[in-house]
Amino acid sequence: MAPPADARLQLETVRLTALYGRRAAVKDVSLMFPRHTVTALIGPSGCGKTTFLRCLNRMHELSEGGWITGKVLLDGEDIYDPSIDAIRLRRRVGMVFQRPTPFPTMSIYDNVAAGLRVNGGRPRAEVDAAVEGALRRAALWDEVKDRLRQSALALSGGQQQRLCVARALAPEPEVLLLDEPTASLDPAGTQHIEELCHELKTRYTICIVTHNLQQAARVSDYTAFFYLGDLIEIGRTEELFTKPTQEQTEAYITGRFG
Amino acid sequence: MSVRRWRRRFTSGVMTGLVAFLSFLAVLALVLILGDLVARGASSLDWSFFTKNPVPAGESGGGVANAIVGTGIIVGLAALIGLPIGIGTGLYLAEYGSGRLGWIVRFVADVLNGTPSIVVGIFAWTWLVKPMGHFSAFAGSAALAVLMVPMLARTTEEMVRLVPHSLREAALALGYPRWRTSLRVIARTALAGIVTGCLVGIARVAGETAPLLFTALGNLNFSTHVLEPMQTLSLQIYVYATGPFDEWHRLAWAAALVLMGLVLLLSLSARWAIRQRRGAAR
Repeated sequence: MAPPADARLQLETVRLTALYGRRAAVKDVSLMFPRHTVTALIGPSGCGKTTFLRCLNRMHELSEGGWITGKVLLDGEDIYDPSIDAIRLRRRVGMVFQRPTPFPTMSIYDNVAAGLRVNGGRPRAEVDAAVEGALRRAALWDEVKDRLRQSALALSGGQQQRLCVARALAPEPEVLLLDEPTASLDPAGTQHIEELCHELKTRYTICIVTHNLQQAARVSDYTAFFYLGDLIEIGRTEELFTKPTQEQTEAYITGRFG
Repeated sequence: MSVRRWRRRFTSGVMTGLVAFLSFLAVLALVLILGDLVARGASSLDWSFFTKNPVPAGESGGGVANAIVGTGIIVGLAALIGLPIGIGTGLYLAEYGSGRLGWIVRFVADVLNGTPSIVVGIFAWTWLVKPMGHFSAFAGSAALAVLMVPMLARTTEEMVRLVPHSLREAALALGYPRWRTSLRVIARTALAGIVTGCLVGIARVAGETAPLLFTALGNLNFSTHVLEPMQTLSLQIYVYATGPFDEWHRLAWAAALVLMGLVLLLSLSARWAIRQRRGAAR
């Protein structure tokens, strides 16, 4: 458990290959996520970016036939080491999915508190404070503070997605994984989430999968381009979008394929 | 073109008429049964029918209080035994049942689902009544529970499978252990559907007669002792309807009406549970 060479480095994959059975969806990807930055993963559908994301909180291994080779280092520690409990790990690496997934039987409050309660009993006041804090950080507090006891399904799609962000933030993760978080939202909802990315990166390391190149350009510090399971190019976002070094990257960002 | 359109409309009209007629037939059967029950049974329904026990043949009057209470006890006990096993099996099938063992359990449940209820009665007689040496309400409950379990298991499995996969992933990604995901998120989301399945299952066995014939046996007196023979509405109907006396036939109709009313009440509760579920899903 050596300390990371660079304290600014929070998450790192080392020659990560993700497989479904014998088929590799992500091939030999080494990628670094500096602390408190936003990294966007772009690429055409089926290029492995979501699978890659799901390796970072060990959700991939729950998929049918899912397994990996290589390493994923969180603060210098391999999260695939047998001594690491995947369930505990997922409390350190939060995730928000493509579609809003509020728990339908729970109230707004209980949804946000869900990840806290799973850690065992906590004083009521502490949970209250954590729920409020998470909702504030997800920019949802003002809209729901008077109806915390109502069903989460009463919220609009955009609000539900921010609720899912709040739910992921409540257990105070270090890393936040966003899997196309705006895919099912209207422009206003999308803008909300994008603004959130900017605010949240002061506290969290964020990795966002997106199909929307403008979104990647708007929210991220670094952009990684995936194609057919390979990492083609990684760079600072403004550089990758203005002067990509790889021909495939240029073809993709200029809309010639994908 | 217009000929084709005409033909299309004609075919559509005929088929719509046909399926409407067929559904009318289905409803007609139910309406006739209910109507007949009410016409022949309602006149015998009075307060004493619900509060008095049967009187000896030849005397008039008397009621089915013992059968109503017996039905409640036997079906209640059957639910007590059957619900946990059935729901548990359903959860197992939905959550962990993708392997060979799951396949076997599912197959056995389907076979059991199609087993004639009288066979289950014989089974209960062989394994419970004979070793214990006497008929008992408990043996009847056990037989009904055996009928209930496969029904509940498959319904529960279906309901749990209806819960979107994304919810499961959301819970796991939040650091929920798998068992906790199953119970707190998946089962809770499917709860209204499972409750509905339970009510339908209970309603189904409440009307069973065959498995009780040589287990609970029937009892002319009021009894709440589960290790003794006990009367149920279905057994009472059987005895009265096959008996030689007009008075008995009259009571059989009335008892049938009461049983039908009870089953209807359970079905309505199931409907209500479904509506709650829809309400929650909005």
